[in-house]
Amino acid sequence: MASVNRRVLPGFSLTLGYTVFYLSILVLIPITACFFKAASLSFQEFWHAVWTERARAAYLLTFGAAFVAAIVNLFLGLLLAWVLVRYTFPGKKLVDSLVDLPLALPTAVGGLVYSSLYVQKGWLGQYLVPLGIQGAYSRFAIVLVLVFVGLPFVVRTVQPILEDFDPEAEEASASLGGTRWQTFRNIILPTLYPALITGFALAFARGVGEYGSVVFVSGNMPYKTEIAPILIVARLEEFAYGEATAIAVVLLIISFSMLVLINLLERWSMRYEH
Amino acid sequence: MNTEAAVQKPQAGAAARIQRARQDPTWVRWGLTLVAVAVVGVLVVIPVVNIFVQALSDGVGGYWKNLVADPDTRHSIILTLTVVPIALVANIIFGFMAAWAIARFDFPGRTLLTALIDLPFSVSPVVAGLMFVLIFGLQGYLGSFLREDGYSVMPYLISLLAVGVFILLFFLFRPASPKTRHELWNHPWTVVLVGSAGVFGLLFFLQVHFEVWPRNESLKIIFATPGLVLATAFVTFPFVARELIPVMEAVGPDEELAALSLGASGWQIFRHITVPNIKWGLVYGVILCNARAMGEFGAVYVVSGHIAGQTDTMPLRIEKLFQEYNLPGAFAVASVLTLLAILTLMAKIKLERKVPSRANLSEPKTKEARL
Repeated sequence: MASVNRRVLPGFSLTLGYTVFYLSILVLIPITACFFKAASLSFQEFWHAVWTERARAAYLLTFGAAFVAAIVNLFLGLLLAWVLVRYTFPGKKLVDSLVDLPLALPTAVGGLVYSSLYVQKGWLGQYLVPLGIQGAYSRFAIVLVLVFVGLPFVVRTVQPILEDFDPEAEEASASLGGTRWQTFRNIILPTLYPALITGFALAFARGVGEYGSVVFVSGNMPYKTEIAPILIVARLEEFAYGEATAIAVVLLIISFSMLVLINLLERWSMRYEH
Repeated sequence: MNTEAAVQKPQAGAAARIQRARQDPTWVRWGLTLVAVAVVGVLVVIPVVNIFVQALSDGVGGYWKNLVADPDTRHSIILTLTVVPIALVANIIFGFMAAWAIARFDFPGRTLLTALIDLPFSVSPVVAGLMFVLIFGLQGYLGSFLREDGYSVMPYLISLLAVGVFILLFFLFRPASPKTRHELWNHPWTVVLVGSAGVFGLLFFLQVHFEVWPRNESLKIIFATPGLVLATAFVTFPFVARELIPVMEAVGPDEELAALSLGASGWQIFRHITVPNIKWGLVYGVILCNARAMGEFGAVYVVSGHIAGQTDTMPLRIEKLFQEYNLPGAFAVASVLTLLAILTLMAKIKLERKVPSRANLSEPKTKEARL
């Protein structure tokens, strides 16, 4: 750790004070206000807001779609990381940098284009819709756009680990008569587990909070294609602030527990490094 | 000579053997590569191409007209270009402050503070917007006050801001080494207290005396530009700090300590040592922050109130055009944001080569994947 005694370099109280001040104003006070507002509801009101049939359907869809998308990203991410680290092919650098595009592209743009690609007249929809695959205004559409949004996470967590992988372990495995698949399955994959879990958790967390792209592709039908953030907005537009806050608090608590989980996982995955 | 060659030969053989052991069969290599390219093609390339094709479906003239002739679209571009820089500057200042405090000092609660900076990443943007509505909205905690006499806070706010700038300047330009300090500089808290009181009093008097701000008039924060700035700043809050902290930790405090021992002031250390050292990390953080701020949708959606021509930023304008079935218009705005995203990516690749300290950080890629 490159920190020094606080007496030597100037500016400790100034910078720490400002950091805490800005953090409080912009983050801590608003979050407290959110919990405060939820606490002003009676338990009955709170329960009625967060446990309606519509809200339950929304949670299920939010977490279900984010989970499925994260699982898909787990496999796609591993595949992409493997190909980008191990193989050479023309255009590899381009593919490598395109993986980051979903992070840089505004989510609204992603949602807009995905909604128009998979409708019946769209570029991909004209082939898929006749097959009965509705890639727009359906639950599948939500998963699809979440796969797009979460694509970079697993790739970028697995890639550095794979680059650092000790080649001699592979060689040892091969010299002991292991097939290529056995080597991958028993030697390489276990070292990737921590990175895979971290990437999965990041993609999942991103999918749970995602709003901008889903609102374009889902069609927002209550009970069917309505995710929790869309439900919050719907409640806000009815000026039902208490109910909206109650649902928001449920989401906040779940995302905070996920943040703690991610940090624990990261610490666990780094446990041999110090 | 001979022995050397004999030693090298088995090594070369071992390298070849390792190479062979790590090589997948050709059909696996080709198959996986094709699948990977297809995945990126379907998920990323086709959508991006589609954006530009749809945007230009009315021809270049129609594209230009969609972008510039519609006054609401024009206003949304201007609004985005006002909101984003303000939020960006606020977060850059915060990033410097947080990086200096966290990377240069050890204090209790340091880990907690670092974790708190990450908090906005785990809050759904819609919930972030809702928080500000709860505080500043019409039914919010400060709502009735803001509606009746909102502008009465302005003299206090401006004066407090001036006090903050005063304290900042004082600490920056105070000679850091005790040897070069004059009498007055040795009592920082007296100077800060008296000076702050003076600055506050003077500014407050000036503003009240000349009645700069209207009385008994409502100050709009939600459904107006300040709310957009707040929501954008919240969502993009961690980016600059997260980039600067690891870079500053990797550079280490030695050069700054050397400058200090040579009698440099806080500002001189910052200007001549710290900023050049972390320059590329800063640019990198700013680029990521800017991309996210430009494209922010959820948080801004909740606080904007969707007043066309007033509180629609570019992503919100896309949504409105989409709802109005004006797809060429929506795609025209989207293409501008896509161009920006592509530029962001190109700048990011350039910079990744220029930030050498990134290479030896413990987990750089995990961190940057959180845009």
